[in-house]
Amino acid sequence: MTSIKERIVKRAVLEIENGMNVNLGIGMPTLVANEIPDDYQVLLQSENGLLGIGPYPSENQVDPDLINAGKETVTAVPGASYFDSAESFAMIRGGHIDVAILGGMEVSQEGDLANWMIPGKMVKGMGGAMDLVQGAKRVIVIMEHVSKYGESKIKKECTLPLTGKRVVHRLITDLAVFDFTDKGMVLIETASGVSVEEIKEKTEADFAIAENLKSYA
Amino acid sequence: MLKVEKSIHEIIDSMQDGSTILVGGFGLCGIPEVAIEAIRKKGVKDLTVVSNNCGVDEWGLGLLLANKQIKKMIASYVGENKIFEQQFLSGELEVELTPQGTLAERIRAGGAGIPAFYTATGVGTPIAEGKPVKEFDGKEYIEERAIVGDYAFVKAWKADKLGNLVYRKTARNFNPIMATAGKITIAEVEEIVEVGELNPDEIHTPAVFVQHVVLGDNYEKKIEKRTTRTEEAMR
Repeated sequence: MTSIKERIVKRAVLEIENGMNVNLGIGMPTLVANEIPDDYQVLLQSENGLLGIGPYPSENQVDPDLINAGKETVTAVPGASYFDSAESFAMIRGGHIDVAILGGMEVSQEGDLANWMIPGKMVKGMGGAMDLVQGAKRVIVIMEHVSKYGESKIKKECTLPLTGKRVVHRLITDLAVFDFTDKGMVLIETASGVSVEEIKEKTEADFAIAENLKSYA
Repeated sequence: MLKVEKSIHEIIDSMQDGSTILVGGFGLCGIPEVAIEAIRKKGVKDLTVVSNNCGVDEWGLGLLLANKQIKKMIASYVGENKIFEQQFLSGELEVELTPQGTLAERIRAGGAGIPAFYTATGVGTPIAEGKPVKEFDGKEYIEERAIVGDYAFVKAWKADKLGNLVYRKTARNFNPIMATAGKITIAEVEEIVEVGELNPDEIHTPAVFVQHVVLGDNYEKKIEKRTTRTEEAMR
Protein backbone atom coordinates (compact mmCIF):
# COMPACT_ATOMS: atom_id res chain seq x y z
CA MET A 1 0.00 0.00 0.00
CA THR A 2 1.15 3.51 -0.72
CA SER A 3 1.20 5.77 2.29
CA ILE A 4 -1.88 7.70 1.08
CA LYS A 5 -3.95 4.52 0.80
CA GLU A 6 -2.53 3.22 4.06
CA ARG A 7 -3.58 6.38 5.88
CA ILE A 8 -7.13 6.20 4.48
CA VAL A 9 -7.51 2.49 5.19
CA LYS A 10 -6.16 2.77 8.75
CA ARG A 11 -8.62 5.59 9.47
CA ALA A 12 -11.50 3.73 7.80
CA VAL A 13 -11.13 0.64 9.97
CA LEU A 14 -12.00 2.77 13.05
CA GLU A 15 -15.55 2.91 11.67
CA ILE A 16 -15.95 -0.81 12.33
CA GLU A 17 -17.06 -1.88 15.79
CA ASN A 18 -16.97 -5.31 17.38
CA GLY A 19 -20.08 -7.32 16.44
CA MET A 20 -20.93 -5.42 13.27
CA ASN A 21 -22.07 -6.79 9.90
CA VAL A 22 -20.05 -4.93 7.29
CA ASN A 23 -19.94 -4.63 3.50
CA LEU A 24 -16.65 -3.53 1.95
CA GLY A 25 -16.61 -2.34 -1.66
CA ILE A 26 -14.20 -3.51 -4.34
CA GLY A 27 -10.71 -1.98 -4.46
CA MET A 28 -9.35 0.13 -1.58
CA PRO A 29 -12.29 -0.70 0.76
CA THR A 30 -11.40 -4.42 0.52
CA LEU A 31 -8.03 -3.60 2.14
CA VAL A 32 -9.84 -2.45 5.28
CA ALA A 33 -10.54 -6.13 6.09
CA ASN A 34 -6.84 -6.74 6.84
CA GLU A 35 -6.86 -4.04 9.54
CA ILE A 36 -9.82 -5.31 11.57
CA PRO A 37 -8.54 -6.30 15.06
CA ASP A 38 -8.18 -10.07 15.46
CA ASP A 39 -10.32 -10.16 18.61
CA TYR A 40 -13.31 -8.57 16.86
CA GLN A 41 -16.26 -10.75 15.84
CA VAL A 42 -17.15 -8.98 12.59
CA LEU A 43 -19.04 -10.61 9.72
CA LEU A 44 -18.11 -9.30 6.28
CA GLN A 45 -20.90 -9.51 3.73
CA SER A 46 -20.30 -10.29 0.07
CA GLU A 47 -23.24 -9.31 -2.15
CA ASN A 48 -22.94 -12.50 -4.24
CA GLY A 49 -24.25 -14.48 -1.28
CA LEU A 50 -21.84 -14.88 1.63
CA LEU A 51 -21.96 -13.47 5.16
CA GLY A 52 -18.60 -14.17 6.79
CA ILE A 53 -15.83 -13.67 4.22
CA GLY A 54 -12.52 -15.21 5.30
CA PRO A 55 -8.99 -14.60 4.04
CA TYR A 56 -7.77 -15.66 0.60
CA PRO A 57 -7.36 -19.45 0.36
CA SER A 58 -4.07 -21.33 0.21
CA GLU A 59 -3.31 -22.94 -3.16
CA ASN A 60 -4.95 -26.21 -2.16
CA GLN A 61 -8.01 -24.53 -0.61
CA VAL A 62 -8.98 -22.70 -3.83
CA ASP A 63 -12.64 -23.42 -4.63
CA PRO A 64 -14.23 -21.99 -7.80
CA ASP A 65 -17.63 -22.13 -6.07
CA LEU A 66 -16.44 -19.71 -3.37
CA ILE A 67 -15.73 -16.16 -4.50
CA ASN A 68 -16.31 -12.59 -3.30
CA ALA A 69 -18.08 -9.72 -5.07
CA GLY A 70 -14.82 -8.86 -6.84
CA LYS A 71 -14.84 -12.41 -8.28
CA GLU A 72 -11.74 -13.30 -6.26
CA THR A 73 -11.39 -16.72 -4.67
CA VAL A 74 -11.90 -16.46 -0.89
CA THR A 75 -12.66 -18.63 2.16
CA ALA A 76 -15.55 -18.51 4.62
CA VAL A 77 -15.07 -18.01 8.38
CA PRO A 78 -16.64 -20.33 10.99
CA GLY A 79 -20.22 -19.11 11.43
CA ALA A 80 -20.51 -17.98 7.80
CA SER A 81 -23.67 -18.50 5.75
CA TYR A 82 -24.51 -18.72 2.04
CA PHE A 83 -27.71 -17.37 0.47
CA ASP A 84 -29.17 -16.30 -2.86
CA SER A 85 -28.96 -12.85 -4.44
CA ALA A 86 -32.46 -11.74 -3.38
CA GLU A 87 -31.75 -12.59 0.25
CA SER A 88 -28.36 -10.91 -0.01
CA PHE A 89 -30.01 -7.68 -1.13
CA ALA A 90 -32.74 -8.06 1.47
CA MET A 91 -29.87 -7.76 3.96
CA ILE A 92 -28.55 -4.70 2.16
CA ARG A 93 -31.79 -2.92 1.21
CA GLY A 94 -33.63 -3.91 4.37
CA GLY A 95 -31.18 -2.02 6.58
CA HIS A 96 -29.47 -5.04 8.15
CA ILE A 97 -25.90 -4.07 7.22
CA ASP A 98 -24.37 -1.82 9.90
CA VAL A 99 -21.73 -0.17 7.74
CA ALA A 100 -20.89 -0.07 4.05
CA ILE A 101 -17.47 1.29 3.10
CA LEU A 102 -17.30 2.29 -0.56
CA GLY A 103 -14.90 4.00 -2.91
CA GLY A 104 -15.87 7.27 -4.60
CA MET A 105 -15.15 9.36 -7.66
CA GLU A 106 -16.93 12.49 -6.38
CA VAL A 107 -18.85 13.45 -3.24
CA SER A 108 -20.92 16.64 -2.97
CA GLN A 109 -21.42 18.85 0.06
CA GLU A 110 -24.98 17.50 0.28
CA GLY A 111 -23.66 13.94 0.64
CA ASP A 112 -24.38 12.88 -2.93
CA LEU A 113 -22.08 10.14 -4.23
CA ALA A 114 -20.89 9.47 -7.78
CA ASN A 115 -18.85 6.31 -8.22
CA TRP A 116 -20.15 4.27 -11.13
CA MET A 117 -19.81 5.98 -14.51
CA ILE A 118 -17.87 8.56 -16.46
CA PRO A 119 -19.80 9.89 -19.48
CA GLY A 120 -17.99 9.17 -22.74
CA LYS A 121 -16.24 6.13 -21.30
CA MET A 122 -17.48 2.56 -21.51
CA VAL A 123 -20.05 2.14 -18.74
CA LYS A 124 -19.50 -1.11 -16.89
CA GLY A 125 -22.43 -0.89 -14.50
CA MET A 126 -23.21 -0.07 -10.92
CA GLY A 127 -23.25 -3.63 -9.55
CA GLY A 128 -24.60 -3.40 -6.00
CA ALA A 129 -23.44 0.16 -5.21
CA MET A 130 -26.83 1.89 -5.64
CA ASP A 131 -28.45 -0.68 -3.34
CA LEU A 132 -25.74 -0.34 -0.69
CA VAL A 133 -25.88 3.46 -0.47
CA GLN A 134 -29.67 3.39 -0.01
CA GLY A 135 -29.85 0.43 2.34
CA ALA A 136 -26.87 0.28 4.69
CA LYS A 137 -27.35 1.89 8.11
CA ARG A 138 -24.15 3.89 7.66
CA VAL A 139 -22.44 4.73 4.37
CA ILE A 140 -18.75 5.61 4.59
CA VAL A 141 -16.97 6.77 1.45
CA ILE A 142 -13.19 6.56 1.26
CA MET A 143 -11.25 8.24 -1.53
CA GLU A 144 -8.27 10.44 -2.28
CA HIS A 145 -9.02 14.09 -1.59
CA VAL A 146 -7.86 15.40 -4.98
CA SER A 147 -7.77 13.69 -8.39
CA LYS A 148 -4.57 12.82 -10.20
CA TYR A 149 -5.09 16.07 -12.13
CA GLY A 150 -5.02 18.01 -8.86
CA GLU A 151 -8.77 18.74 -8.79
CA SER A 152 -10.87 18.53 -5.65
CA LYS A 153 -13.07 15.40 -5.69
CA ILE A 154 -15.29 16.98 -3.04
CA LYS A 155 -17.66 19.22 -5.00
CA LYS A 156 -20.40 21.75 -4.40
CA GLU A 157 -22.36 19.53 -6.78
CA CYS A 158 -21.28 16.28 -8.41
CA THR A 159 -20.48 16.60 -12.11
CA LEU A 160 -20.72 12.83 -12.70
CA PRO A 161 -23.97 10.82 -12.75
CA LEU A 162 -25.00 9.93 -9.20
CA THR A 163 -24.98 6.59 -7.43
CA GLY A 164 -27.20 8.05 -4.73
CA LYS A 165 -28.50 11.43 -3.57
CA ARG A 166 -27.83 12.53 0.03
CA VAL A 167 -26.62 9.07 1.00
CA VAL A 168 -23.12 9.55 2.45
CA HIS A 169 -22.81 9.72 6.25
CA ARG A 170 -19.06 10.15 6.48
CA LEU A 171 -16.23 10.83 4.02
CA ILE A 172 -12.65 9.81 4.78
CA THR A 173 -9.79 11.08 2.60
CA ASP A 174 -6.01 11.24 2.95
CA LEU A 175 -6.38 14.79 4.31
CA ALA A 176 -9.62 14.96 6.29
CA VAL A 177 -12.77 13.36 7.67
CA PHE A 178 -16.15 15.01 7.05
CA ASP A 179 -19.63 14.25 8.37
CA PHE A 180 -22.84 15.06 6.50
CA THR A 181 -25.44 16.53 8.83
CA ASP A 182 -28.72 18.43 8.67
CA LYS A 183 -26.57 21.57 8.79
CA GLY A 184 -24.41 20.49 5.86
CA MET A 185 -20.91 19.15 5.56
CA VAL A 186 -18.71 19.40 8.65
CA LEU A 187 -14.96 18.88 8.96
CA ILE A 188 -14.50 16.70 12.04
CA GLU A 189 -10.88 15.50 11.72
CA THR A 190 -7.70 16.52 9.97
CA ALA A 191 -4.87 14.16 9.07
CA SER A 192 -1.80 14.82 11.17
CA GLY A 193 0.39 17.52 9.65
CA VAL A 194 -2.43 18.86 7.48
CA SER A 195 -3.77 22.34 8.22
CA VAL A 196 -7.36 23.50 7.91
CA GLU A 197 -6.09 26.07 5.37
CA GLU A 198 -4.70 23.30 3.15
CA ILE A 199 -8.00 21.41 3.37
CA LYS A 200 -9.95 24.56 2.43
CA GLU A 201 -7.65 25.11 -0.52
CA LYS A 202 -8.10 21.56 -1.80
CA THR A 203 -11.86 21.31 -1.22
CA GLU A 204 -14.34 22.83 -3.68
CA ALA A 205 -17.29 22.14 -1.38
CA ASP A 206 -18.33 24.49 1.42
CA PHE A 207 -18.02 23.04 4.88
CA ALA A 208 -18.26 24.00 8.54
CA ILE A 209 -15.57 23.15 11.08
CA ALA A 210 -16.43 21.11 14.16
CA GLU A 211 -15.79 22.78 17.51
CA ASN A 212 -13.80 19.83 18.82
CA LEU A 213 -11.74 19.23 15.69
CA LYS A 214 -9.61 16.12 16.05
CA SER A 215 -6.59 14.70 14.29
CA TYR A 216 -5.76 11.21 12.97
CA ALA A 217 -2.54 9.46 11.97
CA MET B 1 -43.09 -36.84 -12.68
CA LEU B 2 -39.43 -37.57 -13.37
CA LYS B 3 -37.66 -34.70 -15.11
CA VAL B 4 -34.44 -36.32 -16.22
CA GLU B 5 -35.57 -37.91 -19.47
CA LYS B 6 -34.47 -35.34 -22.05
CA SER B 7 -31.09 -34.09 -23.21
CA ILE B 8 -30.41 -30.36 -23.18
CA HIS B 9 -30.61 -30.39 -26.99
CA GLU B 10 -34.09 -31.93 -26.96
CA ILE B 11 -35.26 -29.48 -24.30
CA ILE B 12 -34.22 -26.38 -26.23
CA ASP B 13 -35.15 -27.80 -29.64
CA SER B 14 -38.27 -25.60 -29.85
CA MET B 15 -36.54 -22.45 -28.57
CA GLN B 16 -37.34 -19.48 -30.82
CA ASP B 17 -35.30 -16.50 -31.98
CA GLY B 18 -36.16 -13.49 -29.83
CA SER B 19 -36.67 -15.50 -26.62
CA THR B 20 -36.00 -13.97 -23.21
CA ILE B 21 -33.68 -16.19 -21.18
CA LEU B 22 -32.59 -15.95 -17.55
CA VAL B 23 -29.07 -17.26 -16.97
CA GLY B 24 -27.79 -17.93 -13.45
CA GLY B 25 -24.33 -17.15 -12.12
CA PHE B 26 -22.21 -14.35 -10.67
CA GLY B 27 -19.18 -13.70 -12.83
CA LEU B 28 -18.20 -17.20 -13.93
CA CYS B 29 -19.30 -18.75 -10.62
CA GLY B 30 -22.37 -21.00 -10.81
CA ILE B 31 -23.06 -20.51 -14.53
CA PRO B 32 -24.95 -23.15 -16.57
CA GLU B 33 -22.03 -24.21 -18.78
CA VAL B 34 -23.91 -27.04 -20.51
CA ALA B 35 -26.88 -24.85 -21.49
CA ILE B 36 -24.73 -22.00 -22.79
CA GLU B 37 -22.84 -24.41 -25.05
CA ALA B 38 -26.11 -25.96 -26.27
CA ILE B 39 -27.63 -22.54 -27.03
CA ARG B 40 -24.47 -21.59 -28.89
CA LYS B 41 -24.70 -24.76 -30.99
CA LYS B 42 -28.38 -24.23 -31.71
CA GLY B 43 -27.64 -20.71 -32.90
CA VAL B 44 -30.92 -19.01 -31.86
CA LYS B 45 -30.62 -15.27 -32.34
CA ASP B 46 -31.98 -11.93 -31.07
CA LEU B 47 -32.03 -13.22 -27.51
CA THR B 48 -32.79 -10.97 -24.54
CA VAL B 49 -30.51 -12.28 -21.83
CA VAL B 50 -31.01 -11.52 -18.13
CA SER B 51 -27.91 -12.29 -16.08
CA ASN B 52 -25.90 -10.37 -13.50
CA ASN B 53 -22.85 -10.27 -15.78
CA CYS B 54 -22.04 -11.23 -19.36
CA GLY B 55 -19.15 -13.65 -19.05
CA VAL B 56 -15.64 -13.01 -20.33
CA ASP B 57 -14.36 -13.00 -23.90
CA GLU B 58 -14.08 -16.74 -24.40
CA TRP B 59 -16.28 -18.22 -21.70
CA GLY B 60 -19.75 -18.07 -20.24
CA LEU B 61 -22.18 -15.70 -21.96
CA GLY B 62 -19.18 -14.27 -23.84
CA LEU B 63 -19.59 -17.33 -26.13
CA LEU B 64 -23.11 -16.22 -27.14
CA LEU B 65 -21.92 -12.63 -27.63
CA ALA B 66 -19.09 -13.75 -29.88
CA ASN B 67 -21.64 -15.74 -31.89
CA LYS B 68 -23.84 -12.61 -32.15
CA GLN B 69 -26.87 -14.29 -30.59
CA ILE B 70 -27.65 -11.60 -28.01
CA LYS B 71 -29.78 -8.58 -28.95
CA LYS B 72 -30.33 -7.17 -25.48
CA MET B 73 -28.58 -7.67 -22.17
CA ILE B 74 -30.14 -6.90 -18.77
CA ALA B 75 -27.32 -6.95 -16.18
CA SER B 76 -25.78 -5.04 -13.28
CA TYR B 77 -22.12 -5.17 -14.27
CA VAL B 78 -20.53 -5.99 -17.61
CA GLY B 79 -16.95 -4.85 -17.20
CA GLU B 80 -15.03 -7.99 -17.99
CA ASN B 81 -15.65 -8.39 -21.68
CA LYS B 82 -14.07 -6.73 -24.76
CA ILE B 83 -16.53 -8.19 -27.29
CA PHE B 84 -19.32 -6.73 -25.19
CA GLU B 85 -17.74 -3.29 -25.40
CA GLN B 86 -17.30 -3.52 -29.18
CA GLN B 87 -20.89 -4.64 -29.81
CA PHE B 88 -22.27 -2.05 -27.39
CA LEU B 89 -20.31 0.85 -28.89
CA SER B 90 -21.25 -0.18 -32.45
CA GLY B 91 -24.94 -0.24 -31.45
CA GLU B 92 -25.42 -3.97 -32.20
CA LEU B 93 -26.12 -4.73 -28.57
CA GLU B 94 -28.75 -3.05 -26.40
CA VAL B 95 -27.97 -2.88 -22.67
CA GLU B 96 -30.25 -2.25 -19.70
CA LEU B 97 -28.05 -1.70 -16.66
CA THR B 98 -29.94 -2.48 -13.46
CA PRO B 99 -28.71 -2.17 -9.87
CA GLN B 100 -27.90 -5.66 -8.62
CA GLY B 101 -30.44 -5.69 -5.81
CA THR B 102 -33.12 -4.33 -8.12
CA LEU B 103 -32.25 -7.00 -10.68
CA ALA B 104 -32.54 -9.73 -8.04
CA GLU B 105 -35.84 -8.34 -6.76
CA ARG B 106 -37.28 -7.94 -10.29
CA ILE B 107 -36.59 -11.63 -10.89
CA ARG B 108 -37.87 -12.66 -7.46
CA ALA B 109 -41.04 -10.63 -8.07
CA GLY B 110 -41.46 -12.22 -11.51
CA GLY B 111 -41.32 -15.67 -9.98
CA ALA B 112 -43.72 -14.69 -7.20
CA GLY B 113 -46.40 -13.18 -9.45
CA ILE B 114 -45.76 -9.59 -8.38
CA PRO B 115 -45.81 -7.30 -11.45
CA ALA B 116 -43.90 -4.36 -9.95
CA PHE B 117 -42.57 -2.95 -6.69
CA TYR B 118 -41.12 0.25 -5.21
CA THR B 119 -37.52 0.71 -4.12
CA ALA B 120 -35.29 3.55 -2.93
CA THR B 121 -32.40 2.17 -4.97
CA GLY B 122 -31.65 4.49 -7.88
CA VAL B 123 -33.68 7.49 -6.67
CA GLY B 124 -32.00 10.69 -7.89
CA THR B 125 -29.79 8.80 -10.37
CA PRO B 126 -29.99 8.15 -14.14
CA ILE B 127 -31.69 4.81 -13.32
CA ALA B 128 -34.81 6.67 -12.15
CA GLU B 129 -35.41 8.42 -15.48
CA GLY B 130 -38.87 7.70 -16.86
CA LYS B 131 -39.94 5.57 -13.91
CA PRO B 132 -43.00 6.38 -11.77
CA VAL B 133 -42.09 7.88 -8.39
CA LYS B 134 -44.17 7.44 -5.25
CA GLU B 135 -43.74 8.75 -1.73
CA PHE B 136 -44.20 6.48 1.29
CA ASP B 137 -43.83 7.91 4.81
CA GLY B 138 -42.07 10.99 3.48
CA LYS B 139 -39.47 9.15 1.41
CA GLU B 140 -39.28 8.78 -2.39
CA TYR B 141 -39.27 5.44 -4.16
CA ILE B 142 -39.23 4.42 -7.82
CA GLU B 143 -41.32 1.74 -9.47
CA GLU B 144 -39.50 -1.26 -10.92
CA ARG B 145 -41.10 -3.94 -13.09
CA ALA B 146 -40.82 -7.69 -12.61
CA ILE B 147 -38.90 -9.95 -15.00
CA VAL B 148 -40.11 -13.30 -16.29
CA GLY B 149 -38.18 -15.45 -18.76
CA ASP B 150 -39.34 -17.79 -21.51
CA TYR B 151 -36.58 -20.02 -20.19
CA ALA B 152 -34.46 -20.01 -17.03
CA PHE B 153 -31.15 -21.84 -17.15
CA VAL B 154 -29.75 -22.52 -13.70
CA LYS B 155 -26.79 -24.43 -12.32
CA ALA B 156 -27.16 -26.39 -9.08
CA TRP B 157 -24.89 -28.83 -7.30
CA LYS B 158 -27.30 -31.72 -6.78
CA ALA B 159 -30.81 -32.58 -7.89
CA ASP B 160 -33.12 -35.49 -7.33
CA LYS B 161 -35.13 -36.89 -10.24
CA LEU B 162 -38.16 -34.76 -9.32
CA GLY B 163 -36.15 -31.57 -9.73
CA ASN B 164 -35.49 -30.60 -6.12
CA LEU B 165 -32.22 -28.63 -6.09
CA VAL B 166 -29.32 -27.99 -3.75
CA TYR B 167 -26.66 -25.40 -4.55
CA ARG B 168 -23.07 -25.17 -3.37
CA LYS B 169 -21.48 -22.16 -1.61
CA THR B 170 -21.53 -18.86 -3.55
CA ALA B 171 -22.42 -20.72 -6.76
CA ARG B 172 -26.00 -20.29 -5.52
CA ASN B 173 -26.25 -16.52 -6.25
CA PHE B 174 -29.00 -15.74 -8.82
CA ASN B 175 -29.84 -19.40 -9.56
CA PRO B 176 -32.66 -20.03 -7.04
CA ILE B 177 -34.59 -16.85 -7.92
CA MET B 178 -34.18 -17.42 -11.64
CA ALA B 179 -35.48 -20.96 -11.21
CA THR B 180 -38.75 -19.45 -9.99
CA ALA B 181 -39.04 -16.94 -12.85
CA GLY B 182 -38.72 -19.11 -15.97
CA LYS B 183 -41.79 -20.35 -17.87
CA ILE B 184 -39.56 -23.36 -18.51
CA THR B 185 -36.75 -23.86 -16.00
CA ILE B 186 -33.84 -26.14 -16.87
CA ALA B 187 -31.50 -27.06 -14.03
CA GLU B 188 -28.14 -28.55 -14.82
CA VAL B 189 -26.32 -30.28 -12.00
CA GLU B 190 -23.18 -32.16 -11.07
CA GLU B 191 -25.01 -35.09 -9.50
CA ILE B 192 -28.52 -36.57 -9.75
CA VAL B 193 -29.78 -38.67 -6.85
CA GLU B 194 -32.88 -40.81 -6.35
CA VAL B 195 -36.13 -39.31 -5.08
CA GLY B 196 -36.02 -39.24 -1.28
CA GLU B 197 -32.26 -39.02 -0.97
CA LEU B 198 -32.18 -35.26 -0.45
CA ASN B 199 -33.06 -34.09 3.04
CA PRO B 200 -36.25 -31.97 2.65
CA ASP B 201 -34.88 -29.52 5.22
CA GLU B 202 -31.88 -28.85 3.01
CA ILE B 203 -33.53 -28.33 -0.39
CA HIS B 204 -32.98 -24.79 -1.70
CA THR B 205 -35.27 -24.92 -4.77
CA PRO B 206 -38.42 -27.08 -4.46
CA ALA B 207 -39.21 -29.28 -7.47
CA VAL B 208 -42.31 -27.28 -8.44
CA PHE B 209 -40.13 -24.60 -10.04
CA VAL B 210 -38.10 -26.99 -12.20
CA GLN B 211 -39.29 -28.56 -15.47
CA HIS B 212 -36.11 -30.35 -16.57
CA VAL B 213 -32.93 -31.63 -14.95
CA VAL B 214 -29.79 -32.27 -16.97
CA LEU B 215 -26.63 -33.94 -15.72
CA GLY B 216 -23.55 -31.96 -16.73
CA ASP B 217 -20.12 -33.48 -16.80
CA ASN B 218 -16.62 -32.03 -16.86
CA TYR B 219 -17.58 -28.66 -15.39
CA GLU B 220 -14.69 -26.35 -16.08
CA LYS B 221 -15.64 -23.86 -13.34
CA LYS B 222 -13.20 -21.28 -14.62
CA ILE B 223 -11.90 -18.79 -12.06
CA GLU B 224 -11.84 -15.08 -12.95
CA LYS B 225 -9.44 -13.96 -10.22
CA ARG B 226 -7.42 -16.65 -8.56
CA THR B 227 -6.28 -14.99 -5.32
CA THR B 228 -4.33 -16.99 -2.73
CA ARG B 229 -2.13 -16.44 0.28
CA THR B 230 1.11 -18.20 1.02
CA GLU B 231 1.46 -20.89 3.70
CA GLU B 232 3.68 -18.42 5.50
CA ALA B 233 0.95 -15.77 5.61
CA MET B 234 -1.46 -18.36 7.00
CA ARG B 235 0.68 -18.78 10.11
